Amino acid sequence: MFTLGPIGFATPALLLALVALPALWWLLRAVPPAPVIRRFPGVALLLGLKDETQESDKTPWWLLLLRALAVAALIIGFSGPVLNPQPERTGDGPLLIVADASWASARDWPRRIERMEELLTEASRAGRPAAVIALTDLPEGDLPLRSADHWLGRLGGITPAPWLPQADAVAAWAETLPSTLESYWFSDGLARDGRTPLLEALEARGPVTVFETETAVLALAPAQLVEGALQLQALRSPASDASEIRIAAIGRDPAGTERTLAEGVAEFASGESRAELELVLQPELRNRITRFQITGQRSAGAVAVTDDALQRRKVALLAGRDADEGLELVSPFFYLRQALGPVSELTESPSIDDLLLTGPDVLILADVAALGEVESAMVQDWVADGGLLLRFAGPRLAASEVSRDDEDPLMPVRLRLGGRTVGGAMSWGEPRTLRDFAEGSPFEGLRIPSDVTVSSQVLAQPDPALADRTIASLADGTPLVTRKFLGDGQVVLVHTTANADWSTLPLSGLFVEMLERLAVSTRPARPGADDLTGTTWMAERVLDGFGEVQDASGMAGVAGELLVESTTGPDLPPGGYAGPGGSLAVNVMADADAELQPADWPARVQVERGGALSETRLAGAFLGAGLLALMADILAALWIAGRLLPVRATAAALTALAMLTTPGAALAEDAVDTDDRLAIMAANNVVLAHVMTGDPRVDEIAEAGLRGLSQALFQRTSIEPDDPIGVDLERDELVFFPFLYWPITEDTPIPSDAALSRLNRYLRGGGMIMFDTRDAELAGLTRTTPAERRLQAIARSLDIPPLEPVPEDHILTRTFYLIQEFPGRFTGRDLWVEASPPDAELAEGMPFRSLNDGVTPVIIGSHDWAAAWAVDAQGLPLLRVGRGMDGERQREIALRFGVNLITHVLTGNYKSDQVHVPALLERLGQ
Amino acid sequence: MSHSPAALRLDAESLAGGLPPLLVEAEHLAASVLPGAHGRRRAGQGDEFWQYRAATGSDPASRIDWRRSARSDMHFVRETEWQAAQAITLWVDLSRAMAFSGDKRRADKGSRARLLALALAVLALRAGERVGLMRDGAPLPARSGKAQLMPLTQALAVDTDGRDYGAPGLALLPAHSRAVFLSDFLGDPAPVEAALTAAADRGVRGALVQVLDPVEEGFPFQGRSIFESMGGAMRHETMRASDLRARYQDRLAQRKDRLAALARLTGWQFTCHHTDTPPAAALMWLWHALAPAGGR
Repeated sequence: MFTLGPIGFATPALLLALVALPALWWLLRAVPPAPVIRRFPGVALLLGLKDETQESDKTPWWLLLLRALAVAALIIGFSGPVLNPQPERTGDGPLLIVADASWASARDWPRRIERMEELLTEASRAGRPAAVIALTDLPEGDLPLRSADHWLGRLGGITPAPWLPQADAVAAWAETLPSTLESYWFSDGLARDGRTPLLEALEARGPVTVFETETAVLALAPAQLVEGALQLQALRSPASDASEIRIAAIGRDPAGTERTLAEGVAEFASGESRAELELVLQPELRNRITRFQITGQRSAGAVAVTDDALQRRKVALLAGRDADEGLELVSPFFYLRQALGPVSELTESPSIDDLLLTGPDVLILADVAALGEVESAMVQDWVADGGLLLRFAGPRLAASEVSRDDEDPLMPVRLRLGGRTVGGAMSWGEPRTLRDFAEGSPFEGLRIPSDVTVSSQVLAQPDPALADRTIASLADGTPLVTRKFLGDGQVVLVHTTANADWSTLPLSGLFVEMLERLAVSTRPARPGADDLTGTTWMAERVLDGFGEVQDASGMAGVAGELLVESTTGPDLPPGGYAGPGGSLAVNVMADADAELQPADWPARVQVERGGALSETRLAGAFLGAGLLALMADILAALWIAGRLLPVRATAAALTALAMLTTPGAALAEDAVDTDDRLAIMAANNVVLAHVMTGDPRVDEIAEAGLRGLSQALFQRTSIEPDDPIGVDLERDELVFFPFLYWPITEDTPIPSDAALSRLNRYLRGGGMIMFDTRDAELAGLTRTTPAERRLQAIARSLDIPPLEPVPEDHILTRTFYLIQEFPGRFTGRDLWVEASPPDAELAEGMPFRSLNDGVTPVIIGSHDWAAAWAVDAQGLPLLRVGRGMDGERQREIALRFGVNLITHVLTGNYKSDQVHVPALLERLGQ
Repeated sequence: MSHSPAALRLDAESLAGGLPPLLVEAEHLAASVLPGAHGRRRAGQGDEFWQYRAATGSDPASRIDWRRSARSDMHFVRETEWQAAQAITLWVDLSRAMAFSGDKRRADKGSRARLLALALAVLALRAGERVGLMRDGAPLPARSGKAQLMPLTQALAVDTDGRDYGAPGLALLPAHSRAVFLSDFLGDPAPVEAALTAAADRGVRGALVQVLDPVEEGFPFQGRSIFESMGGAMRHETMRASDLRARYQDRLAQRKDRLAALARLTGWQFTCHHTDTPPAAALMWLWHALAPAGGR
């Protein structure tokens, strides 16, 4: 074969034809393109005109060049060019092909297979027996020497394994080899024990050629979570020039599709074998990551599977209405935040929907009594799916009816009425301490500090299951922490508060440890072999040698201690393993300190660096190029002769073609829906709203009433509301309205679950609803009225705090006007508002108690205020109130109450804060 | 103009029906031109009163209108409208060169020339003039009256005379009559000059209408081409047709200049009409060109 640089020719004689090219050149020059014949009367005027340029009467040089190139390409193509022609190998005797077949050789496996094919083809031609052995998958018994064709058909079945060859197994196998062999060793390029013995064993039997590729081996060490950032280390061997690699974090998106969640670039400095990448991700995203992968690397080493160690638990806190805004230290969440903040991701929201959307591991309800039915069902589903619901008791839970008669699905036990207080001023007993944790309890082994006492708790009803469900109790045996399993998840109730009101537990370190044991906080560290002895772990997903994730459902369980002690091997493929209490990852690179060393071959060994050395036949490419050039020549010749379509026509045709292929459809914009219009109207200004009851007369009066009140506000105060709006609870969003007036009639429909959960969110988010049963005159005669019963039915599903009749010093009595009674069209009945905290005290010399926090979320009364406020279109009173001047006075007071009410809604307890003014002035030295 | 047997028969039948398409078209064209500001009424025939003007010394006494002059101290001459009926002789080039059209959607030059000629004939006959046709072999003598339209139409409806380029014959034109030559004038200019000179010698005035296709004006050719005349008698080969454009256009301009100069010399009028412009404008121009020079 005649070679010219890297190109060889099969039939070089044909190349002689290239000599004829100059002749062709001359010939082509002499033949100009054929003319076009045109009929044209104006020819009479043309007669005698000479062409100015004689040149174009010959073929232009570039067309000549094109034709010459085309012919040259054809000649070369037919002469059979081959890139990198392989020298013929000679040899006899059996051929042994040994492949490391480890993850490190997966990166260029196809090239190895190709080279093996070439070797086997040659061996087949020479009639030599051959054997192909993967060191990671050694055959039993004697060396299987077969015909090379036999192996050619089986090459596809040889794949790299996701582990390295086991040195001792290889040594044992080397003993069994026959005495004469020519060996060809496909090395993965990494130094390891057992290479030298095998090399010596092979050399003793015949010549050895080693095949290695130049490409670097890349590997990814397991990711570590350091101070909230993911640290990744990539290794390479050999350490060559500076280069960049991209590392992708792969996991499932919320739709369950596997995709790249994040990506980063790690840079290898020149001569460095290590590159680092730090990724800072939202915990939401981080927890979804199942593995990291060096992009573009097909190797198990370039994949690092993740486990629980990276996942900080997501803890959701259902923020109720904060009764005591200013008092941080008594907030039920204060100690939880302190304990969990550093080790987990906290989410707080007043909406269960929002919380569950974030996919939390733990949901904490601190002193939340009842959830709406829908919400409750949602939480149950979530718990059954493996969530942990952690509840704390508190005054609200103690006062509620939750889990009283029947066990609430979201409570581990039934509760006795009221709870108990021990060690208070009015009780005989001492505050109780904790009993040592029983065996089998998750808290087993925790040391109980002596200063942890409990002074109040809610009590569990005695129950056959109670003993099983108690996981911590007080010294006197009453349960302190109870737990029940629900589906895959669990519900845990701590019978005392999450703040220090009822117990000193949250102040102690024990609290943090207990939360940790409940798996509320993060797994502290990778477990040791001792922890795992005796446990069995099931592979969830394993990697093959190429780093592809494989289904592991058919694999046997793995002993726990193997997971941490052993390296990857046939019985422990890398991947993710699930076992008791979490998941563990086994990676090819055991830890970040591992090193990759290039293999070092002695000088006597012939090492074939498989550059891009495979044979490539170029005949097709040359012939194709030649034909293309001839096509171009046709076009060019046409163009010269002026027969090519005019440029404009061609362009138009192309445009038409493009238009045909372009899907031209502008999507119509979505129309603004009605909700948005309501929202814009309501959000542009203060708007009073009333709930539509379905009774047209009541709705009419309610609207007229709010209109009258808006008018009064406009005239008397700086509150300038727009026209009132009637809202449909089932349809409309409530968050835009600071205040809802809800007239209750006998037939007011009970809102749907969705509406109730919206109402609850509204109340928790700071909205105010005024319920008006409009039946004060009847209620005076009977104990309960139908409307009241209806109100009870509605309110049962609402998160309504304890109520009390408006106390004398309530803020409603003085936000704008000083009033003491709250008449509507009727008068005389109590008005109920949220009960003031029991610890509110009347300071010395102060007219009012210091009640600085909280706007009452509900006001319940029966005075039919809307009727008293109602005005017609002219602004005149619509309905008669009382009789004569007294009646007008009553209407005026009703209006004043309305003004006070709305001022209270909008300014909160601003007026109440005024009581501090003397103290503030004094402190300022006035 | 269609010249296939079927179309010819159709034409013949239309002729027999008295409404040859060309004639219809020509009538239509003429009707669109007639309401001009010309002010000539048809019933004149030369005895119509036109105006009185003060007599000058060169006016013979017989021309003085005594009745009008008697009403004042001046002498007036009574002028009548266009004294005598004129004879108009048309020559339409029917050579093969006229069958050329640069675009399939455009009528060829010959059709346009025929149309213009016939429309002018319609106008003139309506005005009481006499119209004749000059052609090889049997010239159509000038006659007046509507009946003349039919022979005219028939004479124009012939296909082509087979020559590459046409030239007006030297047939005798009635002295002091008018003549209109419609052709592309791309052929040899000598016969045209001869005819024109001969006509001028006999006091004939008239108009030259050069009918050209836009392609002949723009010469939008390129590449290696062989140009042939319509009959194939003449051919010219070029390597790059685009190179010739400027020089061709120069020559065309020279040819127009030459025709214009010739027309000026002989008292004729010259215009160039393109087949892509509406014929009405050309007809209007022709009508004005033929109006008597000292008629008013």
